Amino acid sequence: MEIIKLTTPLTAEKVANLKTGDKVLISGVIYTGRDAAHKRMVEQVAKGEKLPFEMEGQIIYYVGPTPTKPGYAFGSGGPTTSYRMDAYTPPLLDLGLKGMIGKGKREPAVIESMKKNGAVYFGAIGGAAALIGKCVKKAEIVAFEDLDSEAVRRLEVEDFPVTVIIDTKGNNLYEIGPAAYLKTV
Amino acid sequence: MRDITVEKITDSVKKLCMDATRFIGDDVLSSLKVAQEGEKWPIAKDILADLITNYEIAASENLPMCQDTGMVYCEVEIGQEVHIVGGTLEKAINDGVALGYTEGYLRKSVVSDPIERINTKNNTPAVITYKIVEGENLKITVAPKGFGSENMSQLKMLKPSDGLEGVKEFVLKVVKEAGPNPCPPIVVGVGIGGTFDRVALLAKQAAIRNVDSFNSKPYYEKLERELLESVNALGIGPQGFGGKTTALKVNIEIFPTHIAGLPVAVNINCHAARHKSVVL
Repeated sequence: MEIIKLTTPLTAEKVANLKTGDKVLISGVIYTGRDAAHKRMVEQVAKGEKLPFEMEGQIIYYVGPTPTKPGYAFGSGGPTTSYRMDAYTPPLLDLGLKGMIGKGKREPAVIESMKKNGAVYFGAIGGAAALIGKCVKKAEIVAFEDLDSEAVRRLEVEDFPVTVIIDTKGNNLYEIGPAAYLKTV
Repeated sequence: MRDITVEKITDSVKKLCMDATRFIGDDVLSSLKVAQEGEKWPIAKDILADLITNYEIAASENLPMCQDTGMVYCEVEIGQEVHIVGGTLEKAINDGVALGYTEGYLRKSVVSDPIERINTKNNTPAVITYKIVEGENLKITVAPKGFGSENMSQLKMLKPSDGLEGVKEFVLKVVKEAGPNPCPPIVVGVGIGGTFDRVALLAKQAAIRNVDSFNSKPYYEKLERELLESVNALGIGPQGFGGKTTALKVNIEIFPTHIAGLPVAVNINCHAARHKSVVL
C-alpha cells in the first residue's frame, strides 16, 4: 500500500484527500492535549479567552508522555484512548481543528462534527510509545505547565506513522476493517 | 524467624517498577512473534511487527515501552516466618514505587482523590494485596496497570442458572464492547466465583498471569482455549483494524462461591501485560 506523506498545517484539500485505511506519515508541528487540557481549553472557548494555539488547520495528539530522559528530545509517547476527549471535541472542530491522533472509538456526535467541519481522526499504534517517541524531534510546553504530563506541548515531528481511522465522510476503519477481515475467513 | 529489612523491600520494588515498564516479558514477546507469523491480514501483520520493534527499542534503550506506566498493582506473599524490620511493609513498598517512578523517568499517573484529582507526583500509592503463606520468603509482584485497558473491564453478578453459557457470553460481550480501546491484542483476565470483591481480584490475578501458562484444572484450561478461540473469531484484530489476533491469551482464575451466586469479572490487559516478580 502507498504511504501518504502529509505536512502540517492541514488544509481542507489535504484532509479531503485522505481516506479511511490510508497509511500516513505526518511531518511538521502538532500539539498535544488530553483530558485535563481539553477541559481547560473548552472552558477558555466558553469564556471567549485565547487558546494555547490557533486551532485552524492544526492536529491535536492525545498523549501524556513519560518524562524526557537526558539526551533525548522526547519521552515515550503513544496515543491515549480518545473517547474521553469526545465531550470536548466538537467546539474545537468548530474552531478549525483539522486532525486528531489517538486510539479507540469516537462518539457519533464527534463523527458528525468531523463531517460538518471536514476533519480526520488518525490512529497511532497504542502501546508503541518508545517507537513513536523517536519521531518527535523537538518538544516544548506551550500551556498548562502545572498539568505536567498533561500540559499542552508543541511537537515537531518527522514521519509520524498513523492510519486514517475516520475520514471526512465519516467512514470508520473500526467498522470497515474487522468486517472486511471476517469476509476472508 | 527471618529478618528482611525495609530497605531491601524498597530497593526491590523500585527495580521491579523500572523493569516491568521497560522490559517486555519473554512470554508476551514469544506470543506476539507467533501471532505475527500467523496473521494473514496485512495491516494486522504490520502492527504486530511494529509492536515487537517497540519492545526491542524499549529494552535496548531503557525506555518505558508505553507512556502509560500505570498505577502499580502490587501483590505480596509473606511467609509466616518473615519479620519485617526497620519500618512498615506498606511504606517500604510505596517508597519503592516513588523512587522507581521518579528516578526511572516513568509517568506519574496517580491522583490523590478520585473527585478532586490532584496528582500525587510520585505515582503512589500502589494498590497492594497481601497473602500470608508458609515459609520464610517474601515474594513481591509488581504489575503497572495502564487504564486504557483497565477502563474496559467489567464485573457482573450472574445467576447460577446462567451457568457456563452465561460466563462465556459475558466475556465475549466485554471484549466486543472494548473493541479497539484497550490496545488489542489484549490479555483477558477472567475471574469466576467468590464474592463481589474477590471475583475482581481473581480477574486481576488472571490478567497478570503469564500468557504461556494455563489454569491447573483441565476443565478451565479447556475453557481458556475455547474462549481464546471465540474472542479471536470476533475479528477485532490488532488495534481494532481487523485480524485474527484480538487476544494473545484468556486466563481464568476461580474460587468457591455461594449457592445463590455466579460472580464473573473480566479484567482486560493490553498487549504488554506488564508484571515482574522477585522472591526475597
